[in-house]
Amino acid sequence: MTAAAEAAAPIAVPRRRFGAFARRHVLTVFASLSLIYLFVPVAVVIVFGFNNPAGRFNYTWNSFTFQNWLHPFAVPGIQSALEVSIEIALLSSLFATALGTLIALALARYRFAVRGAVNTLIFIPMTTPEIVMGSSLLTLFLNRNVATGFTTILIAHIMFNISYVVVTVKARLAGFDRHLEEAAMDLGATPLVTFRRVTLPLIAPGVVAAGLLAFALSIDDFVITYFNAGATTTFPLFVWGAARVATPPQINVIGTMIFVVAVGGMILNLVWQQARARRGA
Amino acid sequence: MGAIRRRSLAPYLLLAPGIAWLILFFLVPMYYLAITSLQTGSLEVGYTFNWAWNNYREAITTYHTQFFRSIKYAGIATVLALLVSYPLAYWIAFRGGRWKNLFLLLVIAPFFITYLIRTLAWETILADSGPVVGFLRAIHVLGPDGRLLATSVAVVCGITYNFLPFMVLPIYVSLEQFDTRLLDAAHDLYASRTWSFLRVTLPMSLPGVFAGTLLTFIPAVGDFINAQLLGTPSQYMIGNVIQSKFLELTDYPQAAALSFLLMATILAIVLVYARLLGTERLSG
Repeated sequence: MTAAAEAAAPIAVPRRRFGAFARRHVLTVFASLSLIYLFVPVAVVIVFGFNNPAGRFNYTWNSFTFQNWLHPFAVPGIQSALEVSIEIALLSSLFATALGTLIALALARYRFAVRGAVNTLIFIPMTTPEIVMGSSLLTLFLNRNVATGFTTILIAHIMFNISYVVVTVKARLAGFDRHLEEAAMDLGATPLVTFRRVTLPLIAPGVVAAGLLAFALSIDDFVITYFNAGATTTFPLFVWGAARVATPPQINVIGTMIFVVAVGGMILNLVWQQARARRGA
Repeated sequence: MGAIRRRSLAPYLLLAPGIAWLILFFLVPMYYLAITSLQTGSLEVGYTFNWAWNNYREAITTYHTQFFRSIKYAGIATVLALLVSYPLAYWIAFRGGRWKNLFLLLVIAPFFITYLIRTLAWETILADSGPVVGFLRAIHVLGPDGRLLATSVAVVCGITYNFLPFMVLPIYVSLEQFDTRLLDAAHDLYASRTWSFLRVTLPMSLPGVFAGTLLTFIPAVGDFINAQLLGTPSQYMIGNVIQSKFLELTDYPQAAALSFLLMATILAIVLVYARLLGTERLSG
């Protein structure tokens, strides 16, 4: 086939080269514009964190100031909202990563009867609108007389994060060599030791990526949280409440901080993975 | 004997905690949603289950406008997102080279700005005094008093932007896995660039397009944040109605009926769509 391609190439070269040239550049221009489009709102959020708004709303540029960055928690309620968000994101990503990794391990390594049903149960939450999940959970809590608050938010976040963790870790397990585990067992390692010393290090990047994703999804979630929050306020709920009466620029400052931490975590994980890959090769 | 038993039990032990969580807090709530949707009553006198199918009839007659509007907005936004995402995913997959992962990160990164703050940023971008409206007025696309905020254009813009990674990523994955030797083969058989794209690349990426459009359409159709922040009550979608009935009016039975209808509608659309596109085989 390669020989045939080489034989055909000389005839087609001029047309192909021009076509490829035009296509490459049209595409590159289009892709660059798309990336700019994606980042315009990000730029707006970051820039308006340095705005000193004229009125209660931070929608039009007035004058430059560092004050919002020097006093990010100067708005009543914003600090506790952020703290609640971080607590829930940490706890829910931890639990969901543990539960989801176990499911991914079971799916990747074993054949069992209810496999299809399990796959469906993992898949459906990702294709259910948040508002349906949020409202159905609320009906559960209402009917069982459970007061909504911190715990119910945590329950909900663990629930919607499990599927994403399973999918992320499973993708990583696809290229997993089971012989390494068998070798460890043959050498007398107990299953627990094998898991800790062989399995976990191998799947670690996938597990970390899943944990980061879960953390990001949790700290960003609004809809499901809104339905099950009761009187508890997370950072997105704080923004929602603020959007109706006043939008202090501190919202942008904290939004920028979350952005930097989340993207920083992703980049570190990417660099770490590539370093591991290089070492392995 | 012990080893064999452990092996056969192992997957179930691994599955148990997570699956139990999903059953308890995803499936069981669906049952309660169904129960609630057939109740009557109010917060003061309490709610009783009495097969109140009338909730559904009332939900449809009162709110079909919002239902169809949701489908329309989500449909337009999905098509727009596809038009932006396909070339972008294609470019990253075939021209990204060793920077692929970086470009993918760039696609996902904007979505780590809190959803609500991101949407509020669109309020600045589309504001009456902003550059976009100014430009559109200058080239007479908009009249001198024309505006974008508080119109359906703004709501659709917001929805398109907010679910973009759900479109880009599946298309990228399907193009990434695609064996480019097939293109060489098409070329050997004297297919033109356009022809080999239409007959080879595009069909191979259809599962990604299928997954992407669904992953965009589904959250879009249930969204209420864009309509709330960028629109007015005349742009309200079914999500706005469900939200206010649940959390402001405490009309739980009606709200639950609407929520259930939304799920059923989505399921129906997905099934019809799968049949039309014929990708059931491909994506399965």
